[in-house]
Amino acid sequence: MGSNSLHVLKGINFTAESGELVAIMGSSGSGKSTLLNILGMLDEADSGEYTLDGVPIKNLNETKAAKYRNKFLGFVFQSFNLINYKSALENVALPLYYQRIPRKERQERAMKYLEQVGLKEWATHLPNELSGGQKQRVAIARAMAAEPKVLLADEPTGALDSTTSYEVMDLLQKINDLGNTILVVTHENDIAHMCKRIIYLKDGVIVKDEKVKQVRASEYV
Amino acid sequence: MFNRDRWNEILEVLTSNWFRTALTAFGVFWGILILIILLAAGKGLENGIRADFGDIATNTMFMWSRNTTKAYMGLPKGRRYNYKLDDVQAIKDNVPNLRFVSPRNRLGGFQGANNVTRGIKTGAFAVYGDYPEIINQDPMTITSGRFLNQSDINEKRKIAIIGEGVKLSLYDKGEEVIGTYIKIQGVNFMVIGTYKKKSNNGDGEEGMKEIYIPFTTFSQAFNRADNVGWMAITANDGSSITAVKDKIISIVKQNRKIHPDDKRAVGYFDLYEQYNRVESLFGAMGFIAYFVGILVLLSGVIGVSNIMLIVVKERTKEIGIRRALGEDPWSIKLQIVMESIFLTIISGMAGISFGALFIYGINAVLEANGPIDMFLNPSVGLEVVVAALAILVISGLLAGFIPAQSAIKVRPIDALRTE
Repeated sequence: MGSNSLHVLKGINFTAESGELVAIMGSSGSGKSTLLNILGMLDEADSGEYTLDGVPIKNLNETKAAKYRNKFLGFVFQSFNLINYKSALENVALPLYYQRIPRKERQERAMKYLEQVGLKEWATHLPNELSGGQKQRVAIARAMAAEPKVLLADEPTGALDSTTSYEVMDLLQKINDLGNTILVVTHENDIAHMCKRIIYLKDGVIVKDEKVKQVRASEYV
Repeated sequence: MFNRDRWNEILEVLTSNWFRTALTAFGVFWGILILIILLAAGKGLENGIRADFGDIATNTMFMWSRNTTKAYMGLPKGRRYNYKLDDVQAIKDNVPNLRFVSPRNRLGGFQGANNVTRGIKTGAFAVYGDYPEIINQDPMTITSGRFLNQSDINEKRKIAIIGEGVKLSLYDKGEEVIGTYIKIQGVNFMVIGTYKKKSNNGDGEEGMKEIYIPFTTFSQAFNRADNVGWMAITANDGSSITAVKDKIISIVKQNRKIHPDDKRAVGYFDLYEQYNRVESLFGAMGFIAYFVGILVLLSGVIGVSNIMLIVVKERTKEIGIRRALGEDPWSIKLQIVMESIFLTIISGMAGISFGALFIYGINAVLEANGPIDMFLNPSVGLEVVVAALAILVISGLLAGFIPAQSAIKVRPIDALRTE
């Protein structure tokens, strides 16, 4: 919005394969959130190409971007971003609602995902009746509900204590084990090492891109 | 649009801050209430004035003779003249689109001396010599017997139709009227019918103290030869009497040898013109009611728009989340416009209902306390309610439009950053 433009990303080139669990690491200001927003079609790059599942993503109008986001992407935010006047179940069902899936089927599918994150009994609760970890699990269920190609997690553990963080990471690892592609932005080393690949960003460029031996979060839980 | 989740959400949003919603709704409620009351008051005045016109055929002019003011064809000025029966024929023959041309004569009348007797009872009544058509121009209800017909005219029958008021003063209660005789200025007439006139502003009483007899009988019995006192001329529906007025006057001027430029010799009263003048007054009143009502409503609508803007602002983050989850911007827009329309319609309906109740109350009070001059039965028609609803929907749409636009103008990423 401001008149001063700032080049945050200065040449990023990488490919994530299907089924990968990638951590994007960097200190604040390194451009990791901007990268994630571009991948999430919330922001647009000034130049460059972005191909998602063989589809070139460019020149999107808002309607089209919304459709792609709904179909291809699931978001998990640091601050959970649940809609606080809707119950956990309704929150999970939201992406399906935008796909115009009938109410009954929508609720059944949402319930399935809630069960997967272990919150079936909490389905009718409002977000403010849930703990932070539970909220993030609802958010993960919501992100998974539309069966997206890629799950984008922006500091998913940023607002959680370490025990709960590991629980959430354990959940993400399990989802990844099922074959889902996940990108996690984090600045915490231990969280990054729970992924299979770490991309280090610094001042808008990739300084290191390495595969790591995954640390299972379940060891800490 | 008829989707449970959407309506749930609308209710959720509107009930999340009851007090604010109620205050906003009050603006629209008040606007539509004022509109309804203004229109009803206008209608009441209109009804009152219309009642003053009574049932008289309004597309009518009355024409009578006065003294000439210009010398013409050797005749002096200041001459008194009379219309003749052939003037009536000349008008009928030469002026198109006339429905009735009724020559009339009168005897006695308001504050006249006693002119009718029956046995030992006497009374002063207006006695008219008329043609049968007059019942269409000055409507009355025949309560017993019959009115005049053409054979009465042709055979110069000595018969009379009397008003209920005449019956009241000449007959005892319950006495049979039809077939009895009354004496009008020494001439006996058989009563063959009675009539009633609708009360118009108190004139009904006077209107029922009249006696109608055949025109031809009148002329012979009271020595009027072929003179005509005045005429009541009604034009066909769809053409106005005002348009043919000049032609009619020029015909009688020619027949009666009156100077064509003599503007005062022919006296007339154009009821249609008067009526139209009042009609245009009603039109102006309706316009003012709508104008003021809609302006008041507008301030309510601006209130709604304002609140919707605030609601959108408050929900910026939520809107951002929903867009990140892939909701179509149009769907968000629709949602906000629907909220606005819903709020406007609900409060507007409340206003209309309350207005109806208010009008009902006024009518009840009017009924209990008797009629007021120039004000009768205030009401609003169904078409007004439909118009009001249409206004509500449109204003709701307008009120929601700007906030909806502002809701989707914010980029989702900025919306998500809002705390």
